[in-house]
Amino acid sequence: MSAVLFFIAALGAISGAIGVVMLRNPFYSVLALAFHLVSLAALFLLLRAEFVAAGQVVVYAGAVMVLYVFVVAYVGGGEQLPSGGVLRVLGPLFAIALAVELCIAMLGSGLAGIKGKGAPFIPGFGTPRHIGKLFLTTYLFPFEAASILLLVAAVGAVVLARRRRGLEGAEEPELRVRAPRPAYTGTMAEAAGIRPGAREEEPEPEVETVGSAHGADEGGW
Amino acid sequence: MAIGWYLVVSALIFCTGAGGVLARRNPLVILLCLELMLNGANLALVAFARMWGTEAGQVFALIVMVVAAAEVTVGLGLIVAIYRRRLPVDVDELSELHG
Repeated sequence: MSAVLFFIAALGAISGAIGVVMLRNPFYSVLALAFHLVSLAALFLLLRAEFVAAGQVVVYAGAVMVLYVFVVAYVGGGEQLPSGGVLRVLGPLFAIALAVELCIAMLGSGLAGIKGKGAPFIPGFGTPRHIGKLFLTTYLFPFEAASILLLVAAVGAVVLARRRRGLEGAEEPELRVRAPRPAYTGTMAEAAGIRPGAREEEPEPEVETVGSAHGADEGGW
Repeated sequence: MAIGWYLVVSALIFCTGAGGVLARRNPLVILLCLELMLNGANLALVAFARMWGTEAGQVFALIVMVVAAAEVTVGLGLIVAIYRRRLPVDVDELSELHG
């Protein structure tokens, strides 16, 4: 039974991974990755890692995938980039060579532990109770470091992706020149019948120095 | 199933991700392939935890998931920033820091 489940889950995981790489549309790649993650969670369950499997489904297939889908929807699929160049050929070749080498190393090794089915099962292995106890006793420092890392990453992502005024303003200054226009067009005060003279006490903004000089004798105001 | 088969699956997932990182040009897909590589390593870690009967490997896998989440947030923030500045979303074009 476990062998059948293993083959189904492994097939799903590997086909999902190949789908991520092969599919041209990034949105379909994200969906393939979600499928891959769920299959991988099944493999984790077969390895008696219940908490890791639950975290995989909730955090990865839930939260991270939603983030990906939002960004793909924002950026768009992009133009289908043509493949070319040396790396497009050498990359898959390198990957296949690495896979063959690793498979030979795994299957041909004489290590007894790899051939076996693992250590005898301890009740409660991989449950949140055990993992939580380990996180708060033995691995307390990595736990805290991970929380600080998450905080730094969240702040960094907000800083990176926010609508900034500082950097882009240097290249393309915001145009705020108020072009001269005929009277009784435009503002709500004029639409309500208030004469333009009524707002003479308002300080005029300083920016309309460029266009207003010869705009005035062209007869707008 | 023997632990070795889990390791074979993890090696295949890792190699698929590595090939994707090398061959694809869309930074979004490259981030997805990085996720694949991390997941392959995660599967190996959990398999070794099962082999030894200790939970240290699972703790390590959880930490890897945290690091992957952090990497995804920063990477997607970078992609959104690139898109906002109307730069091409293509790692071959974004070569300003290249030597």
